[in-house]
Order: sequence, then structure tokens, then C-alpha cells
Amino acid sequence: MPDHPFGKSIPRKEGRKKVTGEALYVDDLSFNGMIHGVTVRSPVARGKIKNILFEGDLPWDEFTIVTAKDIPGGNFVALILNDQPYLAAEMVNHPEEPVVLLAHESKYLLEEARRNVCIEIDELPAVYSLEDSLARQTVIWGEDNIFKKFLVDKGNVDDVWSNAHLIVEGEYRTGAQEQLYIENNGAIAIANKKDGVTVWGSMQCPYYIHKALVKLFDLTEDRIRVIQTETGGGFGGKEEYPSMIAGHAALLAWKSGKPVKMVYDRAEDMVATTKRHPSRTRHKTAVSADGKLLAMEIEFIIDGGAYCTLSPVVLSRGTIHAAGPYYCPNVRIKSQAVATNVPPQGAFRGFGAPQSIFALERHLDKVARQLGLTAEEFRRRNFIHEGETTATSQEIRERVDMEGLLNKALELTDYHAKTRRFAAERAGRVRRGIGFASFMHGAGFTGSGEVYLQSVVGAEATADGRVQLLAASTEIGQGTNTIFSQIASEALGIDFDLIEVLQPDTSKVPNSGPTVASRTAMVVGKLVESAVRGLKQTLIGSGLLADNYSSSDFRKACGEYIARFGSLKTSATYQPPPNVHWDDEKYQGDAYGAYAWAVYVAQVAFDEMTYEAHVEDFVALQEVGRVINPVLAAGQIEGGVAQAIGFTLFENVVWKDGRMINNQMTNYIIPTPADIPPIRVYFQENPYAYGPGGAKGIGELPMDGAAPAILNALENATGLSFNEVPLLPEKMMEGTLAQS
Amino acid sequence: MGSLQTIQFIVNGKSEKRELFPMARLLDVLREELKLTGTKEGCGEGECGACTVLIDGQIVNSCLVPVAQVEGTTITTIEGIAHENDLHAVQQAFIEHGGAQCGICTPGMVLAAINLLERSPNPNENEIRTGLAGNLCRCTGYMKIFESILKACQLNR
Repeated sequence: MPDHPFGKSIPRKEGRKKVTGEALYVDDLSFNGMIHGVTVRSPVARGKIKNILFEGDLPWDEFTIVTAKDIPGGNFVALILNDQPYLAAEMVNHPEEPVVLLAHESKYLLEEARRNVCIEIDELPAVYSLEDSLARQTVIWGEDNIFKKFLVDKGNVDDVWSNAHLIVEGEYRTGAQEQLYIENNGAIAIANKKDGVTVWGSMQCPYYIHKALVKLFDLTEDRIRVIQTETGGGFGGKEEYPSMIAGHAALLAWKSGKPVKMVYDRAEDMVATTKRHPSRTRHKTAVSADGKLLAMEIEFIIDGGAYCTLSPVVLSRGTIHAAGPYYCPNVRIKSQAVATNVPPQGAFRGFGAPQSIFALERHLDKVARQLGLTAEEFRRRNFIHEGETTATSQEIRERVDMEGLLNKALELTDYHAKTRRFAAERAGRVRRGIGFASFMHGAGFTGSGEVYLQSVVGAEATADGRVQLLAASTEIGQGTNTIFSQIASEALGIDFDLIEVLQPDTSKVPNSGPTVASRTAMVVGKLVESAVRGLKQTLIGSGLLADNYSSSDFRKACGEYIARFGSLKTSATYQPPPNVHWDDEKYQGDAYGAYAWAVYVAQVAFDEMTYEAHVEDFVALQEVGRVINPVLAAGQIEGGVAQAIGFTLFENVVWKDGRMINNQMTNYIIPTPADIPPIRVYFQENPYAYGPGGAKGIGELPMDGAAPAILNALENATGLSFNEVPLLPEKMMEGTLAQS
Repeated sequence: MGSLQTIQFIVNGKSEKRELFPMARLLDVLREELKLTGTKEGCGEGECGACTVLIDGQIVNSCLVPVAQVEGTTITTIEGIAHENDLHAVQQAFIEHGGAQCGICTPGMVLAAINLLERSPNPNENEIRTGLAGNLCRCTGYMKIFESILKACQLNR
């Protein structure tokens, strides 16, 4: 192992068991006497439950049957507003809402049984779109269908309109998107009065489930235990949803007295679980004659589905990112998350930012065109610099060089030469174009979020001198195990292989917060660094370790310390960076501790015969502080860009009466190996003072830029303006015919 | 499901003779009867390739194969690829070059890659794309998988 593992492409810590098939995911586990569970769901979008009938020639007395009446504690999924029931009791508010749970040892009989439960419902009028929700002709949630509203108000946009050289307006839309982790949601539970509740499952956030189960069973915290099994992808889809399936498995286990496994098949996972919030954004932008932004008024609306889940937080991130990495003295952003009778939308990589950044980066190309400036020149005149303020009046105190990123990205793609060449070649069936998007993504929880979380990481040395890291942050493919080990190994100056990351288990690890919000490397990684430094200081302070030591000195000192004092443990608790202030009321202040900055460039070919758009080349250039592990970091970017290409050109959720009707991988299309262009990833490094070894967050960033870059490139290729994703060939055909 | 039938086949070099429902999915027989859980279920309809296995050297989605069809065949699953501590060059390359992230598509992807290299020992990138087109990955964006396979070819040489 290298002496300094930080910044090196050390192979993934759990790589071997993943390539040999030894890694155990939740569906690979089995317990003695384990039975299976399924969910019976609402057939309609909204209505009053009249009756539940158990029909057919089935041995119903062999089944464990759970309804809302069987819930020992509170019938709600504890999250933000606690409005979502575990099992609908009187009302259903979306198609596929859980109503009854069944368990039996035979999976085949269970499927028969599921089909023979008849839920009789008196249907009520339902709301299926953001527009209908805003119209409020039918109120389906609270008094006004609104989960949350924000107002960001900087300067005064109203003073600007009358004197502006040019005002440009536009409307932009994004669709729902399925996370489509390849491992479906699943959980196994053992639950009884004697032992409490233990759940194993595929998840991002063990302590979210822990909190939810405490309320569901009305048990004390020490009687609930949540263990993460190897997790086959999350992307946000396993942030809040696992609290639901874990609770369901636990309710069946509680009533049956047996271990219960609940694993969705793909159709159920797609039709019933959360997706990316659909959005509508309206921009009104005032610019001066010399191309400076004077005022930006932005209305950002997201469709939250039937229950609140995480919509307020998704809305918050989307709102804060809506004005992008530009300086504008007057900005007003009004945003709302509204209710509809579709399954609740939830977390998905980017968390609102891909939606609002799509709108902004499409809109700025339009403003530039109307001003008679190139897309790049207009942005150059407005990029934010150190000392200037964002929409929330956050003064940027780190070095930021958007112009340098833009120059480099355009150079890497031969942008200027290609722009000229594609314009000259614009004849025949295939038209080529090139476009870009410039953007930023805040790392960590928004505003005061990290302060409220008060995350903790522990570190413990063993007598043979190994160091165990104790955190609830999950490895979901993004490399948590490996980068935590690199950070710890670097901070301690000992071999990488001496570091072990404990499996997240709420009975053993402290709450280091959820594995979301691009916070694991930057925020939790910093706590790992602090916690292991505590070990080192303790050993040096005890006189058992000299200042200059080798791995074997360290191991020996651990052994001696433990022999003398019993154990060697430390922990670190989150401390905010200095001078961070956030006003939750006014939505002004330091929204994020740090931002990653990026410029992405797409080259597309548009086939005028088939209306297909194909991405031919993609460059992703970003500044993410110091890169901890180049191969893993590039893997994050490439994977995120591929998901974003899917979001832009392939992935279309087809709705009918509030239900996804293409809930199969056969007709909900994600990119295959044949569809993805070369994704060329570049990093510029600018160490962040408060990240471990200078690192910032990275995970969500790559989801943000591809959609606007691709549609900007398509406009460059065709002269046609498309302002909605997903943009499938049929939509392009309609648009082409309408615009020509 | 019909009545039980005796079905014989070889899995990873070991003879198996089992009483099975002939229409049981090979995927379920491997995972539940033989406890070979390295073969994963992603979609259950032959789209994602997480359940990829080799039957007589042919690459198949085991979720689409009734077990009656494997009578007398030789099956290789991910568990049959490494020999003791010796990983296959493809497995080694996936570890070193970032070919696996969450790992759930990895067993199928590794088998598809090995099958491709048996048919075409030095594939170009287009052949790799086509060879893997039946296996979906949501984490990597495929770049590191392509690179792993190219690197595995070099290791093989």
C-alpha cells in the first residue's frame, strides 16, 4: 500500500466479494423459520375504504394478516410531517397505497392470496397534475394542497423591470424519474415483545428507519436495531422509502412471531416507490445592454405526490440552486411543493437541483440569443466570483473560477472549431450540435441542517492495532468504505489495510447522519479524520507512541494501551465551519458550507428521419476540492452523467390516473452499454479548508448538468427549442413539426 | 407448477440431481435450492442481466429459463469463476479499474464479459458494447466496465 493513500486510486475495499458473488444483499439472507411478506395496495387513487374482503378458495387461517388496526404504536412514517400512514386506515390517497400486509411460508400461495384480497373503496375526485393541484378545485391535502413554500428575496426585482434593456421569459419542465437501482427494495425483520425489533435491509439511512420504527412500535430506542446489508444502489430511492418496507416486514414479524422477508419485485418497486419530483419552472430575467444580469424572478413548482415525505427539503435545494453560479443583484425565487394523488415522490440524486438547474441553463441560452451574445460570452459576463453573493446572499469566500472551468471545458471539446464545422455541415439527414451547462452543487445539508444533525463518528483500536471506524454512513456503491479508510489511513499514517469500516448497525455505530446530500465524503469524512486523530493523540499523550512512528509502532502502542487501560476509543461530533450563518425564516445566508463547481459539454447528433437524438461525446469538468480516490470519483461522475442522459432522452414515466403504467424495465428504458457516449471526466483541484484532506462533496453534482447541456446542443444542431425532459423522439417530432 | 420431476445437471463442476418443479425458474433453483446467491434478480423479465449464467457456455438470463430445460447441461455461475484464491482476470480487472460499484449487476456483468472474451479475445470498444448490451448497470455509466474488460485482455496476454 502507498504511504499516502489519499488521492490514490486504491481498489474498492469490498471489491473482491462483489466480483465473486460472495457479497450478501438482503435477498441473499435467510433465517430459520423465515416466512415471506407481501403488500396489498389500493386499486384507486383516492377514496374511502369501505370494506376489506378475503376471497377465493384459500386457507386464510394460515396467513398472517396485518391491517392498520394491528399497529402497536403510531400509524405514520416518522420523517418531516408524519402525514403518511404505514397502512391506510380510512382513506387512500394514491394508487398502490399499502392497505393490508400478508405473510406466509409459500411465496406462490402469497401471490394467489394477494390477488384475492378485495379492497372496496368509495372513490373521491383526485388530482393528478401539478397544474390541477395549483388550481385547487379539489383540495386533497391540508387547506391548499401545498406541502411547503419558500421565498428567496435578494435586492428588489420590482425596481428593475421598467429600466431593463431586455426582459426574457421562459417556462421549463422536467418529468418524474425512477431511481432504478438494480437491487429492489427489501427488508427482513424479527420482532417480538421479548427482543424488540431487528431489521436487516437495503438502505441508505439506518437511523431514519430506527426513528420510524421507534414510533411505529412505541418502543424505546434501545429495543430497535437496524442493520444495513450490502446495498445494490440507492440514488436517493433508498433514503426514506426503506422506512416503509422495514416497518411492514416488522409488523408482520411482530404479529406472526416469525422472521419475515419482504422483497419487492421490479414491477412493485417501480409502481409503488418514490421517484424524482416532476417540476415546472418559470423564469423572468432582466439584462442590461452590456449583457449583465439585473434581475431574476423564478417560480419553481414541484409535484410532491400524495404525502409530504422529503418534499420540503427537495424544494429547498431546488430553490437555492435555481439561480445558479451567477452574480445577480436582484433575485426573487418563489417555490412550492404541491400535493397530487400519485405515490409520494422522494429523494433522487440531485434532490431538486437537476430540475431547477435544467430550467436556468436552458433559459440563459435563450437570454444570450436574444441579447445577441454567444452562450459562453453571456455566462462569462455573469459568473460569480470570490466575494460576490449568491441568490441567498451567501458571500463566496473560497476561490471560484467558473471562467477557467468554462475555458478548459470548451478547449477539451474543441468547442469553437466544432461549432463552426457543425454550422457549415448543416445539411442532410444527421445534424450535429454542441452545447454546455455551467452549474454548482452545494455539499452537505442545507442551511442549519448539519448543525441540527449533530453527526457523530467513532473510532476504536483493537489490541492487534487495527482501527475500526464506526459510522452509520452506508456503502451503496459510491465508495464509502474505501474513502473512509483512505482518510483514516492518511490521518494516522498507518497502512490502509489496518483500517476496517464496521457494517452499519444501530446497536453498534453512532448516528453519523443519513447517506445523502453529497455529505459522506465532505462532512462525515471530516469526522472520520477527527476521530482517528483523537486515537493518535491519545496514544502520543500516553507516552506509548512517539511523534514519528511506523505502522508497526502504532500497532504495538495500541496493544500496550489496551492492555493497560482496557480500550482505546474516540469519537468526533460535527462542528460547523466558522462564520456560517443561515436564516431559516428569510432563507438568506450561507446555504451550504461548500459548493462543487462544474461545466459540462455535450455533443449530439440529431437524425431528422427518425427524430432520435444521440449523445456522441460528453465532457464533465468539475472542481470538487481535493479528489480522494480518482477512479472512484470518476466512477461517480460517469454514473451520474449516464443517469442524467437517461433523464434527458430515455426515461419516461407514463402516468394513467396517478399510476405508473410502464413499471417494467421492458418499457421504462434506462441507458444500456450501447447507448452511452464516451464520458470524459476531468477534475480541477482546489482544496477546501474544512473537508477531509481538502475534499468537497461530489455524488449529486453529475446529475445536474447533462440535461440542459444536451438540449442546448440540440438547439445548436436544429435551431429548435425544446424545454422539457424527457425528450423522446415522438416529442421531438411533434416539436419539429410545430416549430417548422 | 406441475408435479415434481427429477432433474440432473452440473453446476460449477458439481453434479446435481434434484426433485424440482419443471417450470421453476432456474434463477430460483440456483438461489433457493442450491444456495448460490451470487446470481441476482433485477427485473425477472430478461431485461437487466443481473441473473446471467452460462449454460453449456451460452450466456442466458436464468430468470427466463424453466429448470426443465437445463436437464443434462453444464451450468456456470459467478461462484464457479474464481479458483480458490485465484480470481479470473476479468474479476481482478473489475476490482482494480472500478468496474464494480454497488455490485448487484457485477456477477452478471463479469459472466457476460468472460463469455465475450471467449468468443472474441481482443474486442474493440464497439464489440464490448454489443457484448454487454444485455446487462444493465445503474452505477457506473459503463465506462469503467469497458476499461476493466480492455485491461483484462491485457492481463490475459
